[in-house]
This record gives sequence, C-alpha cells and structure tokens, in this order.
Amino acid sequence: MNTAATPRALRLDAEAEASHLPALLARAEHLAGTVLLGEHGRRRAGMGDDFWQYRPVQIGDSRRMIDWRRSARSDAQFVREREWQVAQSVMLWVDASASMRFSSGAHLPEKSDRARLIALASAILLIKGGERVGLTGTGLPPRRGRAQVLRLSEQFCANTDVDYGAPEARAMIPHARALFVSDFLGDLDAVEAALTKAADRGVRGVLLQVLDPAEESFPFHGRTIFESAGKTLRYETLKASDLRDRYLEKLGERKDALRHLCAVSGWQFMTHHTDAPAQAALLWLHRALERSA
Amino acid sequence: MIGALGFTAPWLLLGLLALPILWIILRAVPPAPIRRIFPGVTLLLGLKDDEQVSDRTPWWLLLLRMLALAALIIGLAGPVLNPRNDEAGRGPLLIAMDASWASAADWPARIEMVERILSDAARADRTTALLNLSAPQQVIFQSANEVQSTLAGLRPAAWEPSSDAAAITAFLPDETFDTIWLSDELARDTRAALSAIFSSKGALRVIAAASETIAIAPARFEGGATIVEARRSVAGAARNVPVDVHGKDPSGAPRILARAEITMESGAKSALTELSLPSELRARVTHFALTGTRSAGAVTLSDDSLRRREVALIAGREDREGLELLSPLHYLRQALAPNADLLEGGLLDILPAAPDVVILADVATLAPAEDGALTEWVEDGGLLVRFAGPRLAASDVSRSEEDTLMPVRLRAGGRTVGGAMSWGTPKNLAPFTEDSPFFGLPLSRDVTVSSQVMAQPDPTLAARVIASLGDGTPLVTRKPLGEGQIVLFHVTANAEWSTLPLSGLFVSMLDRLAISSIVGAPSGDDLSGTTWQPVSVMDGFGRILDADALVGVAGDRLLSDALGPDLRPGLYEGKSRRIARNVIGAETELAQASWPAGTDIRLMQTRPETPLGGILLSLALALLMVDIVASLAMSGRLRGAIAGFGAMMLLGFPADAQDDAFALSASSELVLGHVITRNPEIDRTAEAGLRGLSQTLFFRTSIEPTDPIGVDLETDELAFFPLLYWPITPDQPTPSANAYAKLNDFLRSGGMILFDTRDADIARFGASSPNGRKLQALAEPLDIPPLEPLPEDHVITRTFYLLQDFPGRHTARDIWVEAAPKDAERVEGMPFRNLNDGVSPVVIGGNDWAAAWAMDARGNSIFPIGRGFAGERQRELAYRFGVNLVMHVLTGNYKSDQVHVPALLDRLGQ
Repeated sequence: MNTAATPRALRLDAEAEASHLPALLARAEHLAGTVLLGEHGRRRAGMGDDFWQYRPVQIGDSRRMIDWRRSARSDAQFVREREWQVAQSVMLWVDASASMRFSSGAHLPEKSDRARLIALASAILLIKGGERVGLTGTGLPPRRGRAQVLRLSEQFCANTDVDYGAPEARAMIPHARALFVSDFLGDLDAVEAALTKAADRGVRGVLLQVLDPAEESFPFHGRTIFESAGKTLRYETLKASDLRDRYLEKLGERKDALRHLCAVSGWQFMTHHTDAPAQAALLWLHRALERSA
Repeated sequence: MIGALGFTAPWLLLGLLALPILWIILRAVPPAPIRRIFPGVTLLLGLKDDEQVSDRTPWWLLLLRMLALAALIIGLAGPVLNPRNDEAGRGPLLIAMDASWASAADWPARIEMVERILSDAARADRTTALLNLSAPQQVIFQSANEVQSTLAGLRPAAWEPSSDAAAITAFLPDETFDTIWLSDELARDTRAALSAIFSSKGALRVIAAASETIAIAPARFEGGATIVEARRSVAGAARNVPVDVHGKDPSGAPRILARAEITMESGAKSALTELSLPSELRARVTHFALTGTRSAGAVTLSDDSLRRREVALIAGREDREGLELLSPLHYLRQALAPNADLLEGGLLDILPAAPDVVILADVATLAPAEDGALTEWVEDGGLLVRFAGPRLAASDVSRSEEDTLMPVRLRAGGRTVGGAMSWGTPKNLAPFTEDSPFFGLPLSRDVTVSSQVMAQPDPTLAARVIASLGDGTPLVTRKPLGEGQIVLFHVTANAEWSTLPLSGLFVSMLDRLAISSIVGAPSGDDLSGTTWQPVSVMDGFGRILDADALVGVAGDRLLSDALGPDLRPGLYEGKSRRIARNVIGAETELAQASWPAGTDIRLMQTRPETPLGGILLSLALALLMVDIVASLAMSGRLRGAIAGFGAMMLLGFPADAQDDAFALSASSELVLGHVITRNPEIDRTAEAGLRGLSQTLFFRTSIEPTDPIGVDLETDELAFFPLLYWPITPDQPTPSANAYAKLNDFLRSGGMILFDTRDADIARFGASSPNGRKLQALAEPLDIPPLEPLPEDHVITRTFYLLQDFPGRHTARDIWVEAAPKDAERVEGMPFRNLNDGVSPVVIGGNDWAAAWAMDARGNSIFPIGRGFAGERQRELAYRFGVNLVMHVLTGNYKSDQVHVPALLDRLGQ
C-alpha cells in the first residue's frame, strides 16, 4: 500500500503499521473477555468430543458404539453419546475503504477503528468457541486456533484508498456464516450482489453498519462543500441546515433498504454508532451469529 | 468645509459614489463555503437547495461592510473638526495683547492662540514681535521662535492697558507690519486711536474673546447687610455667579467663611446679593471672590470700610429713670449706632469681648479690678473716651495727681458760664489746631458750652489739648497710654452742659477719633501728605501676594490714580486704617469694546482643530473586525471560537472559587473547627478528635456535623464555626493582629474557643507549664471576660448529659469558664443558680480531649485511655463532655432555663 522507496523507509512504515497490531489485538481481547462463553455447544447429541449422555442401545446401533465400561455396571447395554459439535466457518469482511476513516470529533474513534475492533473481538470469541474464522475472498481462508487471530488482526491493519468499499463475496464456503462490517454508504447494488451471492450458497450472516454520530445527525450550517473521504465526490450546498431533514430521510431509506435486503436473504442487520460502547454491538453480534447458525 | 467640519482631501469623498455599485457586487457574491469531509455525501448527491436567497450575503452584513468602507473613505479624506483657515500673510507680524486682568480668565487659551499664530508665522517665515499693551516695551521684530521663548514668562497684568495711546505709539517701529490684536473686549478710550495706528501700518485683525467679562465690585455695608455686586461687560443671558467670602478663621488660617450666589438676570449688566454676616465674622473677611473665574477683577479686597467697630458704652449710675433725653448715653447711641456695634453692660463683662472703644460717660471711680483691667486694655491699644459730668466734677479723681486713666488733672468743681448765676456768655469752640485730629472740621456757631470741668494747668497740658474753647480752656484732652490713648471730653455726653452732642460736629469728632468706622471712601484731601504701604497686592489672576518689596504710595495718588505697575491693586496700610484698591472700583462700569467699522474681528477659537481621520479609520477597522465575526457566524465556523473563548473565561476565576469552596464546605453543614498549630502530630490528633466527637454527636444527638475542618486563623473565615478547638503547643506561631481582630469578632458574636493545654493542668491555674505560659501569651490580646473554675451548677454540667467530671486523656478537674455574675444567687428550692445568659466565649482546660475523642476513619479509637473498663468509662465521659460542650454552644443557656419549668407548670395550674 505504501510505496516506500528505501528499505529504511519501508521498515519505518512497517513498524508504524505493526504498532497498531498489538493495540488492536489487546483491545479486541479485552472486549471479547467481557462476553462470557456459556452457551456454546449444540445441546444435542451428535458428533463431537465432549460427553453428552448415555442411552440404552437401540436397534441399529453397532456393537462398536457400546460403552462397555458403563454397560458393565448394569444389566443393560449403553451407548455413550457425544455432544454434537460442528465447527462452523465464519467469514468476515471489514470495510477498509477511505470513507471508514472518518470521525466527526477528536473524542470519537474512526469508524474503521470501531469496525475492526468489533470484528476482531467477535473473531476471538468465535475462535474461543471453536469456530473457524477467516476473511471472505481468497486472502485468509477460515481456520481455527490463536494464530488465526494474529493473522486476522494483521489483515485488519490494511487500508485501501477506495472511496467506498464493496463487500467481498468471492470464495465463500457454502453454508458458512458471514459478518460484513461497513458504513454501507457506498453503492447499494454491490451489497445486494454480495448478499445474493451469499444467499445462493446458503451463507447467512450479519450486516453491521458502523456510523459516525455526525452522519446520523447532520449538524451542519451555512454554505458548505461536502467531499467524500477520497475526494472523488463533492456536493455543494448554500444552506446546509436546510438539508438535514432530507438527508436523514435518505439515510433512513438506505437503512430500510439494507434491512429489507437482509430480511429477504435471511441475514440480520444492525446499526452501530461510534459514540456508543463497542460492547453492546459485540454482544448483539455474538447472539446474532449464534442465531444465524 | 461643512459647518465645523473640513476635509484635507475632499476629492476622495467622490469614492462614496462607488458604494452603491459595491453594494450590488457584494450582494451577488455569497459567503465563502466551508469544506467538510463527509462520507454521507453519497446520500446528498440527489438533493437540491430549497431556496436561493440564503446564498446572498444578508443585508445587515452588507450594511456593515458599506459602513466600514464609507468610514474608510471619509477617514482617508482627512476630516478635521474646527479647521483653521488662516490665510498666510507676508512681512513682519505684530501680536498685540491687552494682557489685562480681563484676559486672565482665559489666559491659557490666549497663550495657545499666540503659539498657534507664532507657529503659523514660523512656517510662513515671518518675523514677529509681541506687544503687551499693559506693559508696553519697544517693539523689535524677531523670528517667531525667539518670541515663542518669551511666552512662558508672559502674565496678565492686574491693571488695564495704559490710557496713553501716544506712549504706546512711541514703541512702534517705522516699518509696516500686520497686526493681530488679542483683545480682552473691554471698552477703552485708546481702542480707536490704537486701531487707527495699527491699521495705518498694515492689516489689522482683532481676535476677540468669545465670553463675557465678569467682575465683582467692592463690597459695601448697607442697612446691616454686606452687599456684593457682580458686573459684566455684556448684558447677556441669565447666569448664576457663585461668590466665596474668604477670610481667616479664629486660628488665623485662611478659609472660606461663607458662600453666596448672585443671580444675573438676562439682559442685566449687574446684580447684587446681600450677605448677612455677623460683625465678628465680617471683621475677619479678607476678600470676596467670584468662584470659577480666575482674574483680578473677580476678586475684591475688603478694608476697614467693612469693619464695624465695637464700642462699649458705660454710664455712671442712672438714677433719673425714664428721662431718656437726659441719659448720658442717649446722644452717643444716636451718633454711633449707624456705624458701630454698641456694647452695654458691666465693664468687666465687656472687656473680654475686646471692644475697640470704651466710652465712660460721667464715670468717676472705678473698682480696683476694673481699673486694672481697663488700664491693661488701653495699654494694649484700646481707645478710652471719657465724658465729664456732675459726678466726675464732684469726685476726687485726678485731683491732686493725675489718674492713669485721665489725660489731665482736674480742678475741683469745674466752671459754669452763661448761667443765671454767672457772668459771661456760653463759650464757643476755638478753631482746631493743625496737630489736632479734628483739624479741618467746620465749626458751627451754635455749639456752645455752658459748663465744663477744668484742667489743672500742667507742663504737659498744652500738648494734650486737642480742642479748646474760644477762651483757651481745654474742651477735649488726650494722652497716649501704652499703645492706646485716653480722650476726655470736658463736658457731658448729653446736652446738659453743652450743645455739642446736638450738633453734627459731635458725630464728625467721634469719626475723627476713629470711634465709628469711616463709611465710604476717604477723600483724596484726607490722605494728602500720607504714605500708604502696600500690605498685599493682587496679580492678574487674582492671587493675593505679599507686598513686602513694594514701595509705599503717596496718599493723594492712592485713590485717584489709575492702577498700574506702580499702583497695584491691593491692600494699603496707613497709620490708623487700611484702604483697599481694587481693580473694579465702586463706580467702574464694564462695557463691551466697540471697534471702528471695517475692522476684521474674529472670535478666539477655543476649540482646537481636531483631525477625525484616525477615529474614522479605527471605526472602519472595528467594523471590519465585527464583519469577520459576523462572516464566521454566517458560515457556521464560530462555534469552536466561542467554545475556546468560553474556556478562557472559565479559567479566569480560580481564586474566588477556592474561597467559595471553603465557605461552602464550612457552611452547608455544621462543622467543628480546630486551629492549625503547624505541628502535624497535634493537628492530626485534633482533627481525629473532632471527627470522633462529630461521629458521637451524629449518633447520639440531633446535631449532625460533617467532617471537621482545620482552620488557618490568618486566612480562613471564622464566622462559619460554632466551636473552635485550639490545642496549645509551646512553639506555635502567634497570630497576626488581623487574626486577633477576627478572633475577637468571633468571640463577640457567640463563638466559643476550647483551649486545651494538653498537660493535665499539672501546675494548676495554667500558670507555669510551658503550654500554660504559651496560652497566656496567646490569649492576652483576646477579648476574654473574667474566668472562674467551672462551678458545680454551670449549665455545661447538664446541657445533654449530667456530668460532674470532664476528663479527656487526663482527668484533671479544673476547667475554666466565664465567671458567673457576682449577684447570682441560688434561689431557695432551685437546684441551680440563675446564671448568666449567653455562651461562655472560652473554655480552658488541659485534659487533652482530642486524644480521648480521636477516632480513625473506621470509628476505632486511636489512643488508649486509662486502663481496661475504667479507661473506656473515662473515654465515654470525655465524649459526654464534648457533647455537652457542643450542646452548650448551640443551645446557650436553654437548659438553665429548665429550672423554671416547675414554676411555669405551677402557674399553668397543672
């Protein structure tokens, strides 16, 4: 991304970039630590490592399935069932475009910062729960284990200069789950295409829209030129305060469109603001990903 | 030039024409936009602005900018208020100044005017000269700078310019010159002649004072009132002129004795006011001055003419009651009353009032005390006038040898001429000799003397006679005694012995003897041959200066000559009186000068020319500043600035907040205080002790104090605390005087200090332990009433708990409180005496209560007290003492009043 001319500059940039990594990771771990894992497992017998229950042998059970140690303590024969454990694959996509690097005030985090924090924290939670987590696209296929967290956080440190990001929907594993985090202020068609593609593959998941409070309240006055973060779009108004109602209307329309899109494709949608605590969003995400399973 | 406004570059004003064009241009240009990064711009893309009006600059902002621009253009055009437009001339320039007293009132303005003329002349390279018409000198034209250097010494004269035009003409050079005449605008005979001369030499311009000249006429005494008159040169608008009467107070210091106001009607040239001053006060008046006008004309000095002499009239026994015309004093009263203040009464009563003259009418013998006092008074300068009479003639006074208080010896009996039993006819008066004070008085033939006392011929007699009869017998004799003199009229003061008291001559003779004051100015003839020494003179500004170095003035010139350098206005002293020469005489009229037709007259410009360019440019700048703020507000960029400004404002007030915090914390709840001793250990203990006491109070009583506060006597306000606990250490600093003042206020307003020497009072009565001595030193400046050891029935023993011991860490019995009144008696049947109201301002003890009360944050005792259960009992009693003490502070003698409850219940019939 950075075209550093000399090795020295390259190293400096690399260190500067790398310095974000532990911080993001630590914060994400911290955030994930606030969620108590208690409801993992499928609560029914199935494939898995953990003991679930003993049941009498039924017709059709092979002899090999009999747990002889248990059966020896009584007259009947018992089969030892294990809890059904399915390792799900969760595919993440976090918008790294320029529009995410916006915050309206010095005390507010950038949208991308909040988006990555939430995504990484839920990834940590998922990995702790034994799921496999990866990125959509071909960059980082789902895997399990702590090393994957490190790889994820590394990937999250990358930014792109594109003005508005489009969801990456390639190489999605069928019937996996997905988490798309973005402000979804860009082209809605790309989102629709991605969700359609995901629905085709039986992938369900969550859209998390991260918005800055300024984008929600439009607190502007006077003659103003609004520019997109990449400066590709501009809009000039003479009386910004007059635009507020119509802007909010359009924002509502955009959310409704997203919500509708999710509804028809079996996804879930939520809007998160950067001035709200990240934990609430994380909890919701955790439950939502459980549900969508 | 528009009115009083002029422009140095008027063509620039054409720029104002461009303003409407600018209006249109500026109106079309919207305010500059602000750029914002905003990802939501995608949502905005389809939207359109509703109205197009707001893109224009609002009209008020436009108006602001127009005003700024207009101010800029006008400012650059160089506006000048009161511009001078003197056209420059050529050749020498003469500046003639009247420089009289009438110029003094606005003298600085005149000097400024001259400076302006001189600087103009210097710029035009003209030679100049200054001619002071009041003190003319040879005119020599010099460079303007030279003349300028002489201005500093120029003062207005206290007199008017010489009336001799020729004398002034002699000083003028032959060459031609222009003249600027700074006139005082008073009418004067020489004006026409001088203006003709100046006009013949070149252009003449007269610069006239804009204001009228006002002056004060000499005060006079008429009908019992002092009359002060103000006159002015122009019969102008109505105005009030305040007058100050200056004089000396009894200690001799100059001060203003009285104030009055003269109201001048519109169109009147003079007005007067009547002041009724007591004669004693009037005698001390030195001068009258118009307040607010600095000139010699506004001051008039008073002389003897205002003074009324005090004359004591004393007659012998008046046994002929009711016959007024025969009273020895009747004619004297008639003669003196208009011009003198008369005193009558006993001689010893009158002499302390220091009369100027004592007249004894037919008084023969005086008591020795009266004799001595009168002699002393005469020797100090008094004038004693005696009249003969039957009683004097019958007495032995001054018979064989001369009495001190008689000018001559008298022969026994006297004589009677022209009576039924005598030969001869009544005698007439002989003409007065030249050395007589009566010299020059006209004799009237109808004054006859029929009886008189006779002087014994003596070697000194001839010199003492100042009036005699036609046959040479003395009628009036006089002798000096000390600084005073004694005059004897050899006849009676009534018409019994002579017709003298009936004649006008009698009054004149009394006048000449300076018995009555001389009303009206003395004539020049009276003064001829005398020399008058100036005592004080006035300068042109009306300041009164000592005149030690000035030579005397001949009497005949004093009143008639015009004032000038050798006859200055002032107070002149002769032998027996003082005469004031004032700038304005009784007859002087002020009149406006009249100039020959065609004279170039201009008013003096007192308003200086003021360039207004700077003001207008500043205004333009200020308007542009406002425009910046307004533009920012318009484009929505002002919010950050306002927040920053607000933060700065908030930072401005930290100090007060601190005081307020102390006051709030000390007064929002009840708080006990302890005095900070600067010994950390003691202070900690005191705080912990009070905390323990506060906790105890909180749990056991309805007093619920918060945490105690350490009080710094120097800085903290004490009024918030009901009780101060003051542990004594030998080395604590003594409070400052201010702190003691605060402490005394605290004690007087019902506060209590608990002094704790913490030494168990082992030395008894706090005498000789180090802490006790320190306590004595600390408490010395405090306002503490007499103390006594706490009596058994003191209210502290029962305000909450019933106590007889007041232990702390120690168990000494003695604590000291304000002593009960001496008359406190124990009423039969009552358990307690009826003791003093109020709260004992101090309680002094040494039991180290703080240690016993001390509690840490968890409520555990900090210090061990005593041993085992007995120790805990002692601590409990210490708490109870604390509770009782605070209750006493807060409820006063409430519990003392409880002793009346049985009686009250009885009365209610319960």
